[in-house]
Amino acid sequence: MAVIRDIIPAFELYQPTTVDDALKLLDRYRADALVLAGGLDSMDWLKDRLKRPKVVVDLGQIAELRGVRELNGGIEIGAMTPLTEVVRHPIVREKFSLLMEAAELVASPQIRNQGTIGGNVSQDTRCWYYRGGWNCYRAGGNICYADTPTALNREHAIFEADRCVAVNPSDTAPALVALDAVMVIRGPSGERVVNAEDYWIGPGIDITRMNVLAPNELLVRIRIPSTFAGAQFYFEKVRDRQVWDFPLVNVAAAIKPNGANIGEARLVVNAVAAKPKRLKDVEAAVVGKPRNEETAKMAGDMAIVGAVPLRHNGYKVPLMRNLVKRAIRGSEGGTWTS
Amino acid sequence: MWKWTEDDFKNAGDGQLPLGKYTDEWAFGDVEAGLKKADLVLDETFMTQSTGHQPLETRTAMAYWQNGKLYLHGSTQSTMQTVASVARWSGVPPAQVVIVSEYTGGGFGSKIPGAISMAIPALLSKKANAPVMMRITREDEHFIGRARPGVLARVKAGFRKDGRITAIDMYAICDNGPYDPQGDARTAGTTISLAYQPEAMRWRGLTVVTNTPPKVSQRAPGGMQGVGIMEPIISKAAKKLGLDQVEVRKINAPAGKAPFGPLNPNGTRNYVTSAFVKEALDKGREAFKWEERKAALASGRTRGTKARGIGVAVSPFSGGSIGFDGLFIIKPDGRLQIQSGIGNLGTHSVFDVHRVVAEMLDVPWEQCDVVFGSTAKNVPNTCVSAGSQTAHAMTRAAHAASTDAIKKLQEIAAKTKGGNPEAYKVAGGKVSGPGGSLTFAQAAQKAIELGGKFDGHEMPEDINAFTKTSVKALAGQGLLAVARDSYPRDGQSQSYVIGYAEVEVDTETGVVKVIDYTAIGDVGKILNPRGLKGQLFGGSMLGLGHAKTQRWAYDQHYGVALARRFYQNKPPTILDAPLNFTGDAVDIPDPETPVGVRGVGEPPVGAAYGAIMNAIADAIGDEIFRKSPVSPDIILDALENSGKRTHDALTAHL
Repeated sequence: MAVIRDIIPAFELYQPTTVDDALKLLDRYRADALVLAGGLDSMDWLKDRLKRPKVVVDLGQIAELRGVRELNGGIEIGAMTPLTEVVRHPIVREKFSLLMEAAELVASPQIRNQGTIGGNVSQDTRCWYYRGGWNCYRAGGNICYADTPTALNREHAIFEADRCVAVNPSDTAPALVALDAVMVIRGPSGERVVNAEDYWIGPGIDITRMNVLAPNELLVRIRIPSTFAGAQFYFEKVRDRQVWDFPLVNVAAAIKPNGANIGEARLVVNAVAAKPKRLKDVEAAVVGKPRNEETAKMAGDMAIVGAVPLRHNGYKVPLMRNLVKRAIRGSEGGTWTS
Repeated sequence: MWKWTEDDFKNAGDGQLPLGKYTDEWAFGDVEAGLKKADLVLDETFMTQSTGHQPLETRTAMAYWQNGKLYLHGSTQSTMQTVASVARWSGVPPAQVVIVSEYTGGGFGSKIPGAISMAIPALLSKKANAPVMMRITREDEHFIGRARPGVLARVKAGFRKDGRITAIDMYAICDNGPYDPQGDARTAGTTISLAYQPEAMRWRGLTVVTNTPPKVSQRAPGGMQGVGIMEPIISKAAKKLGLDQVEVRKINAPAGKAPFGPLNPNGTRNYVTSAFVKEALDKGREAFKWEERKAALASGRTRGTKARGIGVAVSPFSGGSIGFDGLFIIKPDGRLQIQSGIGNLGTHSVFDVHRVVAEMLDVPWEQCDVVFGSTAKNVPNTCVSAGSQTAHAMTRAAHAASTDAIKKLQEIAAKTKGGNPEAYKVAGGKVSGPGGSLTFAQAAQKAIELGGKFDGHEMPEDINAFTKTSVKALAGQGLLAVARDSYPRDGQSQSYVIGYAEVEVDTETGVVKVIDYTAIGDVGKILNPRGLKGQLFGGSMLGLGHAKTQRWAYDQHYGVALARRFYQNKPPTILDAPLNFTGDAVDIPDPETPVGVRGVGEPPVGAAYGAIMNAIADAIGDEIFRKSPVSPDIILDALENSGKRTHDALTAHL
């Protein structure tokens, strides 16, 4: 791989000021175009010269894609809203603090200033074989280098692998699924709305994509309904380094109590599969039960049924079990006062 | 050629390194007898990881030619000492090489005399007859920036009931990379022999050439690995013998002219200039509140999912060289122009060592101008900024040059005002005596008038040829002070740092938080309190990174680097830093150097590495890990397995 990786390859830069203009460009250039949001994902590809688009469509000038506004008791977030703005927004903090916590744990302050919510949820996987330019399934080849007897796959999938074992690295994605968000997508024939849960796709559906966006479509807004506004939330991200690191596993939970018991629950885990994993069985099982250690343990044990670890990621199974347990418990389960 | 068989591994036992061929060996004392008489013998294998240097500034370099000379702007640890290496790599005579490097964003041992890649713009700019810059990306830096060699070692150590080490038998393999042999496995052995003063020791080593990017010294090369290999064994022994962790280190600590390393051919062993490790252990015990913490943990190490533990580690490393030159001018305006050939790595040694001049000549530091950053500025022969030697070596050189200046000031005063030179004293920016006084400005003017040795037209014979060239260029500008450090030194200068750590391990996630960390140096007289703390903190962070997260990953089948970016190879971040950090030193001058200063750059690394790993083991068990980094996966896997290691202890680069 002795390639020169310094100055990014030349491309035509377009900076449309409306979504419609951006879509026209995408429609015109199709596979030759790369969509640029905050650039944290795209610039790596370009600098590594692993993607050589003829055209880059920078969404940075499109005012309508930015900002957070109230909508029917919920909120609507423009896809190009920087993560820092999401974190600081008063309604996000007041009603949907789950998203605030998740967004605040993304990477580093500098990256959150530059990175957008649309980019964070739509980012590509960080599998180090795929990102290293290996011609794997996801890159259009016919092998998964991360799933061989000698591969290093500490950060890879324990669920729903299908040839590819890469995981979705987003922190905000599981929070949005837990909050019952919907993704507003615009294409040449207008807007369509997709449940957050269905926005991401596994390798079994399309091994080269992480989400349902067609090459001529854009994610324009994310809507969070009032369903879980002000509910009890739990978010935790486990990572090697405490800043500027992707999750080993993260968990997002939204729980509505019913008296002393759980009335309704959403439980979502990420970085264990190619898409955020919603734990519907566990959600159903905890309803009507008190939020105690016993329920937490049951939830944790249920969550990992069917997990298939690879050679180096067996730890993700107890890690996911424990995080789900903590989400139901509602705490890390121990503190020292001094 | 040496190859272990499946049977070798089977016979060695799970996770134990089979003993095998060695190419290098040293010993002193009777190891067999020492192990035999021991009350406790531990036999353990440990693997320290390889790690890229990852300086924030990559080794980009720019070159152009002017009047037949090569001007090379680059990232180097050492300014003056980079001339010879660039000359050698580029095939250009040293006299035709100018190195310009005013600020360098870290080197950690990978840019000691610059980098061999500097030869490329040097030669291309000659061919192109135009400036050429070669930019090095973060990814390039991974491949050509070199890395610390991992060391895989098996140590058998015998302990008396009171904790005293009777014998150490060590077998170490150095994961060398492709090129020149690295001394890390050997230094790991000498470091252990110094830190714990065993009555007898045998070291056997094998350096294995490996098909990876090249390796090179990294901050405390071999020393850090030695501490990491031995410290868990010391801690385990203390627990088995029911001894206090600090006391077991004190009973084995070096003191005074402590011997270390192998037997020399004449039957003697090298020894250090001084060691005040016991004093440093005591100071740290107090600063860290070791006894209080120990008592608090005695009633239980866990609160729910959070387990706490404390650890201490002793880390020596080389702390100074000798024989370099000091050079400065007292100018006719009365200011001191000090010539510094030291690299500017942000450690501040490029300036701090010259405070000796201000102090000895009794002038305010504000009256001194330090000239640095380019070999065109006529700098003296200077040590490389590596091996923690600068603070020691260059304070000596500054002391020698200051002594020369005082002598010259006295002579000039006697010539001008009459009387004996010895009757004149240098103080308050003047030289005063029986005949009256001269300001430095007047003395400098007089030096120019007198010429000869006073303004540099004559110079001492024993100074280095490089210094002579600089003196020649500077002659006639004022009173020129120049001298070689020819002070005696009995012993080898070694510095020591003691690390004390308290960690909190989340037993459900495997995440380790360093709650408190205290680093206490035995590094001679404190040169600059802020510089000391900066070095202690920075070095500790490197050790913390090795203990917790920093890695080097290669696909085992294809041999290709996988962890090339910061988010993949994971050097520690500011949020991984200890919540509380204390840095201090015993501040006892080294008796074998006139200023009393020793270096501090390297020993903090092993201290943090060892102390943090010991604290993790204290919190959750001694059998959790046999390699570093001790990352969440290693911890969780072991905790799921009743506290017993599941990771492969003998395979590197995972």
